[in-house]
Amino acid sequence: MSDGLVHPYIPNAAPAPRRRLMKEVGIRDLAALYDSIPNDIKLKGPLKLPTRIESEHELRKHVESILAKNKSCQDLLNFRGAGCWQHFVPAVCDEINGRGEFLTSYGGFPYSDHGKYQALFEYQSLIGELVGLEVVGTPTYDWGAAADSAVLMACRVTGRDHVLVPATASPERLEQMRGFTKPVATIELVRCDPKTGLMDLADLKAKVSECTGAVYFEQPGYLGIIETQAPEIAKIAKAAGAKTVVGVDPISLGVLESPGDYGADLVVGELQPLGVHMYGGGGVAGFIASRDDEAMVAEHPSFLISISPAADQGQFGFGVSTMERTSYDKRHDSTDYYGTTQWLWGITAAVYLSLIGPRGLAELGEGIMQRSAYAAGRINRIKGVTAPVHASPFFKEFVVNFDRTGKTVAAVNRALKRRGILGGKDLSMEFPTLGQSALYCITEIHGKDEIDALAAALKEVSA
Amino acid sequence: MTRAVELFHAARWNEPLIMDMTSPGERGVIPPAVDAAIAKAVGDVAGSLPAGVRRNSPPKLPEMSQPQVLRHYLRLSQMCMGADVTSDMMGTCTIKYSPKVHEHLVRQPWVWDLHPLQDDDTIQGILEIMYNFERMMCAISGMDAFTFEAGSGAQGIYANACLIRKYHESRGEGDRRTEMLTTAFSHPADAAAPAVAGYRVITLMPGERGYPEVGAVKAAISERTAGLMMTNPEDTGIYNRDIKEIVDLVHRAGGLCAYDQANGNGMLGIVRAGDTGFDLCQFNLHKTFSAPHGAVGQGCAAVGVKKAVAAYLFGPVIEFDGKRYRIKGERREAIERIRSFLGNIQTVVKAYAWVMSLGPEGMKAVAETAVLNSNYMLEGIRKLRGVTIPWPKNKYRRMEQIRYSMEKLHAETGITAHDVMWRMIDYGVQHFMLSHHPMLVAEPFTIEPGESYTVDELDEYVEILRRIIDEAYNDPDVVKTSPHRASVTKIDEVAIDDPKCWAFTHRGFLRKSAG
Repeated sequence: MSDGLVHPYIPNAAPAPRRRLMKEVGIRDLAALYDSIPNDIKLKGPLKLPTRIESEHELRKHVESILAKNKSCQDLLNFRGAGCWQHFVPAVCDEINGRGEFLTSYGGFPYSDHGKYQALFEYQSLIGELVGLEVVGTPTYDWGAAADSAVLMACRVTGRDHVLVPATASPERLEQMRGFTKPVATIELVRCDPKTGLMDLADLKAKVSECTGAVYFEQPGYLGIIETQAPEIAKIAKAAGAKTVVGVDPISLGVLESPGDYGADLVVGELQPLGVHMYGGGGVAGFIASRDDEAMVAEHPSFLISISPAADQGQFGFGVSTMERTSYDKRHDSTDYYGTTQWLWGITAAVYLSLIGPRGLAELGEGIMQRSAYAAGRINRIKGVTAPVHASPFFKEFVVNFDRTGKTVAAVNRALKRRGILGGKDLSMEFPTLGQSALYCITEIHGKDEIDALAAALKEVSA
Repeated sequence: MTRAVELFHAARWNEPLIMDMTSPGERGVIPPAVDAAIAKAVGDVAGSLPAGVRRNSPPKLPEMSQPQVLRHYLRLSQMCMGADVTSDMMGTCTIKYSPKVHEHLVRQPWVWDLHPLQDDDTIQGILEIMYNFERMMCAISGMDAFTFEAGSGAQGIYANACLIRKYHESRGEGDRRTEMLTTAFSHPADAAAPAVAGYRVITLMPGERGYPEVGAVKAAISERTAGLMMTNPEDTGIYNRDIKEIVDLVHRAGGLCAYDQANGNGMLGIVRAGDTGFDLCQFNLHKTFSAPHGAVGQGCAAVGVKKAVAAYLFGPVIEFDGKRYRIKGERREAIERIRSFLGNIQTVVKAYAWVMSLGPEGMKAVAETAVLNSNYMLEGIRKLRGVTIPWPKNKYRRMEQIRYSMEKLHAETGITAHDVMWRMIDYGVQHFMLSHHPMLVAEPFTIEPGESYTVDELDEYVEILRRIIDEAYNDPDVVKTSPHRASVTKIDEVAIDDPKCWAFTHRGFLRKSAG
């Protein structure tokens, strides 16, 4: 085994350097490196793995031959969203997040990785502008993880252990939140009006109490609905001494009000729409924002990058503030954990927001709402199909019901797939009260032709 | 061939904040226009929103043309010491070469334009890779099943804590088993994650050989023990030889053992978690398995378990009937989801390609070379003035990383390991890692060279340390006031922790600057 292996990724495995290193280290057999490991647990024989593919060309051919079996949303006309959405990705976003200097950086502090920290400070700043709050942390794993952390931050700051969430929340989000919060808090659902999908404020008032640490809702909600009572919800929460935690799709914030401006204490959300490809869900990344309140800052689990003056006159640098907050320092005293998350997508979001600008974000939001309204209108004209199900404004997603066609969503989607269309997410298991309903997603990538094609296909397959 | 390291200077663009670069009226990208017929049919939809939720004033985003945005972020990228451009031997991070071909494979529609909720028959390629990679990970680890859902080592560790909790709950012992053991030199997440999952965490302290002695483990174990979560070797690079006995002790007390394989790079093909008796484990695909660290993410923890825990595994479980791959439907016993969707699948594809490019011999060569490089560095570093190697009573070889101490240097010069860190940047290498908490070693530093560097690069790194130590003895101020040739000069490090000064956004900065 000491003969070495010539491999393009492992320079010192080659025979000559290996011999040189072994001589310096004073060993004749590499097994001597592992003298600390008792023999009885050592692996006998080689790992049972496929033989290596030596040439890059053949490796590439091998992996490509497998990946070619996928049908992507370039092959399919996609109308599925539900937490991960197909938006336009500017080329500059991919250019920047593909840069090796960023892509292969990791634990460097701001003196070695100044540019990375500046890019992330800019991401924090631009998200702060969108949500109307002064404190934004480095990215979390996803929106769900951000929501998990934020509702418990609210509970710790208030010394309470009860969280209210609307019944229209995504069941998967709810599962993630229940799993995370269960050692320290309970989650209770607030009823929503079946006609409008909006939170039932009477039920909220009845359930909010001196135990409630957080009232969490999403804007727009999982079912696409814009919660028009958002300011009232924040008032009710505040009156009870609870914190208002709002989850947002940030791409909507060119047209929707900054949650910080209608009373949100904490805002969380999903960065993926901001210039990140879907990557089958690998494109997700969350964020947590709050007011600049010392007690609340102390509860942030993420790294918080602060700007600071540098020694050179007029220059500035960055540092990670109050590391003692984080699980890296607190260890067994931790109330949350942090680690490698999705910072690359934070940098990408900064690039995206710098490119799109205030006018672009407004146009984008307005255009999405026009397209989705048009799509709902077209679909609603199909016999037996109702769209949108809820009598409320919506952003890019809306619920379509097929009950009166006699068809299941599963059957409709199968037929759509044969026509090269990825239909809306089937809600019939998640929300049985909605019957055979699906969640459709329309974004700026859909032109009139594509929406009309969907409507035509739906008409055919639901007849 | 050696580099004149003293002539290095990092790019210093003095690049303004992008918020200060705005030029009203300019645009970087223009979104697709709404078709006139749609606009005519529906009118101004956003305009009809109720006042309370309609945005009144546009967000203060920069207004810039495209070349200026590109240039700004390219300049920022140039002021970042990624592993592609220089030596990064930061301990506990397993920095290695991230093959470029992997990026080319995933940065295409067949990976990046997949929607996570596509039907199984449209994502056969990705399911095949996940299925086959699970088999590979079982072979590498000796475990029975894997999920790739967790987004980082810390999240994988958290998942392991939740799996252990579920295991005990399912046996009606959830209320009784309230304590989790870990070790002081395991990653902080091995203590933090079980605490978040509701456990009281007991940290085992190292004995004179640098790791917890069996006696200390025995004393900590009780009927309340839920399990043990630890690395081995720990972050010190010291392998706990008593590991099998410790695992057996925890098992006899009814607990489960989770192996944090964050330090597994030197162990590939040498010793497996499963053969050591562990019930759960997690590998960092963005470290050990070559996927790039992504400026702190897109990570992936491959969480592996033995059969007794497999039913509780979260995330998609892929099945294959000989013809088609499919995601197993509802799994009632699984723990609550920890992350959304399929996980960072791009990271899984890269890890798969990496294993395919190595095979069994290559995997072992990775491990052996990483440990050999580390021990070669040790020979150089042990000769450096003011540097000591903790736990001299432990005569066994250190593993893929090694924790050293500059306690003597500090006593003799007043220069700390922290000072040395910043000075390293002046010579054009990424600074080293000190130590995770608790900092039981005085003036610690931790070096993990991995398998991707040449002998010259290893030598250069040690030579840079030697020069800085010379400076510490002869010209300590130059070290104390460093960095000098980095992208930025010394910042006010007190301000960032002061509530009156800290600013996490531009708007916060403007408010505080205005007084």
